[in-house]
Amino acid sequence: MTSFRVSVHIVPRKGLLDPQGKAVADALHSLGFHAVDEVHVGRHLVIDVKAADAKAAEASVREMCTRLLANPVTEDFEVEAVRASAAA
Amino acid sequence: MKVGVVSFPGSNCDEDALLAVVERLDERAVLLWHKDHDLQGADVIILPGGFSYGDYLRAGAIARFSPIMQEVIEHAKRGGPVIGICNGFQIACEAGLLPGALLRNASLQFRSVPVTLRVETTATVFTAAAKKGALLRMPIAHGDGRYTADEETLDRLESEGRVVFRYVDEAGNVTEAANPNGSMRNIAGITNETGTIVGLMPHPERAMEPLLGSTDGLVLFQSLLAGVNA
Repeated sequence: MTSFRVSVHIVPRKGLLDPQGKAVADALHSLGFHAVDEVHVGRHLVIDVKAADAKAAEASVREMCTRLLANPVTEDFEVEAVRASAAA
Repeated sequence: MKVGVVSFPGSNCDEDALLAVVERLDERAVLLWHKDHDLQGADVIILPGGFSYGDYLRAGAIARFSPIMQEVIEHAKRGGPVIGICNGFQIACEAGLLPGALLRNASLQFRSVPVTLRVETTATVFTAAAKKGALLRMPIAHGDGRYTADEETLDRLESEGRVVFRYVDEAGNVTEAANPNGSMRNIAGITNETGTIVGLMPHPERAMEPLLGSTDGLVLFQSLLAGVNA
């Protein structure tokens, strides 16, 4: 088993009111970044996990997202095994 | 009646809830430690307010997996009464006992103010002694109270009469200004299919003493007492 470093991006579901994202967008506009259309603030997790291969590592983290890391009612997530971690 | 109040690390309304039951109702109450598996024979469970597990990840997300919650979920499935107050509401949603989720207040501000609630149904064990349409005054104190669910869930809650409380103005009207957190359809509290589980963001246990400005929270506990002792 190799250790993989898996990146998890969790973002508010599209269409839901995201006041935090809107506040950040407003702040960017006030700094002169007028090209900014929208901002969404989510969470980023880095998980080192042992797995047979990158695909299996992603599948395992996807299950973690479904059960704990993301709220199925309000959040979407993306999972990517970026590289074997130094902890291998 | 024996009430069990769950203490999670970070709960801060557990003692208030315990005192409300013991001093105001003259009933028995025990604190249940989150690591225990034993409900100690409690007839009713209160999931209290606070910041269980520091609200890490999401409010209530980690608390739902604590050992005591497995027992609470079993108790709830057997039809045992459960009330989730504030953080307890968030935990109940995360645990799947109630539908939807509580997100960051639309204002992005922590709101600690008295609000007016309208009783939308008396078909729950916690509102049976109230009057439909009655206005109750009690405080809120939360940063993540914006009730959110998809349209289908909201329509189902409405058609099944499962919206228990709505934020209203002092005349009892549902208005945007009366909504302290941006909750969809001004929803402050909901119930399950059978009316045995109620979750709400406001704090009835802080509205039990005239000295604290309101005794409107009493009716929830009196409803319970009438039902359990019936």
